[in-house]
Amino acid sequence: MAIPRFWREIQSRYNLIGTKCGSCGKVDFPPRAVCPTCGRRSVGKMQRMRLTGKGTVVTYTVVHDAPAQFEMQKPYVMAIVQMEEGVRLTSQLIDVSPEHVKIGMKVQATFRKLGQEGEAGVIHYGYKFRPTA
Amino acid sequence: MKAGIVSYGGYIPRYRIRPKDIGVVWGADGEAMGRGLNIRAKSVPGPDEDVITISVEAARACMAKVDIDPTEIGAIYVGSESHPYAVKPTATIVAEAIGSAPVLTAADFEFACKAGTAAIQTTMGLTLSKMMKYGLAVGSDTSQGAPGDALEYSASAGGAALLIGIDHAVADISHTVSYTTDTPDFWRREGQRYPSHGGRFTGEPAYFKHVVNCAQLLFKRAGTTAEDYDYAVFHQPNGKFPVRVAKQLGFKEPQIDAGLCVREIGNTYSGAIMVGLCAILDEAESGDRIFAVGYGSGAGSDAFDLTVTDEITKIRRDATPSIKEMIADQVFVDYATYAKYRGKILMREA
Repeated sequence: MAIPRFWREIQSRYNLIGTKCGSCGKVDFPPRAVCPTCGRRSVGKMQRMRLTGKGTVVTYTVVHDAPAQFEMQKPYVMAIVQMEEGVRLTSQLIDVSPEHVKIGMKVQATFRKLGQEGEAGVIHYGYKFRPTA
Repeated sequence: MKAGIVSYGGYIPRYRIRPKDIGVVWGADGEAMGRGLNIRAKSVPGPDEDVITISVEAARACMAKVDIDPTEIGAIYVGSESHPYAVKPTATIVAEAIGSAPVLTAADFEFACKAGTAAIQTTMGLTLSKMMKYGLAVGSDTSQGAPGDALEYSASAGGAALLIGIDHAVADISHTVSYTTDTPDFWRREGQRYPSHGGRFTGEPAYFKHVVNCAQLLFKRAGTTAEDYDYAVFHQPNGKFPVRVAKQLGFKEPQIDAGLCVREIGNTYSGAIMVGLCAILDEAESGDRIFAVGYGSGAGSDAFDLTVTDEITKIRRDATPSIKEMIADQVFVDYATYAKYRGKILMREA
């Protein structure tokens, strides 16, 4: 991944910064410049909004055949998480073994290493989710 | 006017390995090694954890206890000897991840196991001089011992963050003093993967000399003796050294018990004394006095005389899991899993 591409997303990846439409109130993550519902009525009204990081597992899958960078972690869980604010996102679930993951499980965002550009390259960090303590 | 700890937070990865399971790989009596070191298990970072993620988790736990705008933090210093980057600061990522950037200064510190306490002293100076309202001092490590080396039984992972400031401190730092000499007891040369050490030389001329001298300087400066304190915490490279040094200085077992986390999680290096201090702050009451002496190889000690204030009842101590709860949340792994998580297995380039 090109350095600027990830760097541009740091705010969202580190702190779950999304947007809230100033016209209809819909929350989007990742951030949007224009609300897909309100269109031009939302122009100039999209507000930055930090998600609380609390959510619920909507559905999940267990990955056994992992991409090279995730060999160390397999089998691992990827889930669609519905955030308190209503928006859904896809993320890895950690600190839980696959057999203990349940739909409806409460989870919270945590800060982990997402990957790296080889041994000499930039390291990428961002959110993953773990069961709520 | 005194600087003090305004908030605190720690983080300990949940994976653990027992000395017995390390010893079996190297044909050594790991259980005896564990008994000798007074270590029952050591924490192991997950494959997606490093000093940056541990520092961020600790800093977030620290900020979760108070209603302080993170943009009021004027400096973030992260002490560690296992920064993921040789060049590129851990501190900038912590700053961004807790919402303090961009109007602040940040840097990474290194002084073996006492880089975190050096950060406390630096932020004390910056806040006392009113250059800024708050400074964040972080100490964290994912320390490595060479496979089969005695250090492998203790080198673990964890960290803590202390928010330092003048107003509303939960613990005032009344005195601090340091003791520093050129003592080559433990080091890691540039580009080397594992540290080297002087074996028994790490004891008397290194740890004990610096901790005892620094502690006595602090007693003198504060006009106190061991009996004046409710708690004492020392750098804890193993569970044996801090117990012995505490006894030498006149402290009793109940005074050191709360902060002696090394027995359950091993030596978290730059995190060690700060995690111990957080464990004490988790249970301390207003008026309690804490005696803290860190140690970093190379070598030096930083000592602190702290008094817990009424503010301890006003912060949200239960906003995040306590150190005790994090210690209890443990998943044991075998040596093969540990080796995999710690990157000791040579993989094809991803």
